[in-house]
Amino acid sequence: MARIVGGIATTHVPSIGNALEKGLEADPYWKPFFDAFPPLRRWLDEVQPDVAVVLYNDHGLNFFLDAMPTFAVGAAAEYRNEDEGWGIPTSPPFSGDPRLSWHLIESLMHDDFDICSCQEMLVDHAFTIPMQLLWPARSTMPRTIPISINTVQHPIPTPSRCYRFGQALGRAIASYPEDLRVVVIGTGGLSHQLDGERAGFINPAFDRMCLQKIVDAPDELASYATLDLIREAGAQGAELIMWLAMRGALTGSVRELQSTYHVPISNTAAGVLLLENTTRPELAIR
Amino acid sequence: MTDQPIPGTILFNGANAMKGYALNKMCFSFNSRSNREAFLRDEEEYMARFGLNEQQRAAIKSRNVLALLEAGGNIYYLAKFAGIFHLGVQDIGAQQTGVTVEEFKAKLLAAGC
Repeated sequence: MARIVGGIATTHVPSIGNALEKGLEADPYWKPFFDAFPPLRRWLDEVQPDVAVVLYNDHGLNFFLDAMPTFAVGAAAEYRNEDEGWGIPTSPPFSGDPRLSWHLIESLMHDDFDICSCQEMLVDHAFTIPMQLLWPARSTMPRTIPISINTVQHPIPTPSRCYRFGQALGRAIASYPEDLRVVVIGTGGLSHQLDGERAGFINPAFDRMCLQKIVDAPDELASYATLDLIREAGAQGAELIMWLAMRGALTGSVRELQSTYHVPISNTAAGVLLLENTTRPELAIR
Repeated sequence: MTDQPIPGTILFNGANAMKGYALNKMCFSFNSRSNREAFLRDEEEYMARFGLNEQQRAAIKSRNVLALLEAGGNIYYLAKFAGIFHLGVQDIGAQQTGVTVEEFKAKLLAAGC
């Protein structure tokens, strides 16, 4: 049977890609953020996931307002990116796992989540940057299943709906008959706002509360109304819903192996988190 | 939950999605380099192709993000318009809040103290 080896959450802002391209990992501005990743890579080396399920939000590369899916699950053999309008470098395609994709789609539908299945789907920086950060050597990169959650057009799914989506995703993965090790990744956040007169809004006190509650009281975070989440975390701070979906896929009780918080990178408060299911003590990091 | 609006914050809802459809559709097209080049070659012709209304055309010409938001623009698609001019989120953050880019960056750094 497939099993979830752990969950990772990370900020995904495009400027991380620029910093990687320019080799700025040791630059004083960037170091506190990039320092979060070597331990995550060591953990990934140890647990050797076969598949990464990546919960992210498309920023207008693949989806337009003509048809905006709430939960879009990739079902392709491979996924490509494009320059997104800013000249972002095009990377080699990311390998998919269509058989697992369709199992997830069927299981999620059976669990009352209405999925948009995507046999063609461009993936944007919210997918590619975390993949690059976690697997800088492409040769070790696992197969992947991108899942895009709408944050472009309101109403977006509520925090509670995304948490429950994650729980259904966890059940879907656990019911897959093949022996696979799966890591679930949620990307986005933490507090930030790009548009309007409140652009540049950051709320460290709220972020720190989220970093704690997502570990040991995710239900409390999931009970936020969307509008209240945006009030506290900024318009794009709503990306916490991807973290909640990741957390939902894990077991009730988890062990926090790493938690990093740094302000700012670009317009954003950056957070990185690594969680492991406590029911899998044999996978504990050494 | 309180339904009080959040000052300085737009919820891009159905009303905005209808109002800004043509503007956002044009900006979505800027995902493609050839479309960005076509826009730069003849801005008026390109806007006419997507059926932008008077307010949207004026907002595009002004390069003013708050005016573009007011005309129904969605920040994710507008970011691709800004990309044509090599403007990032800190540039547009500064413009919207009426400060220099250096002041905007300093404000973010201060938030980390």
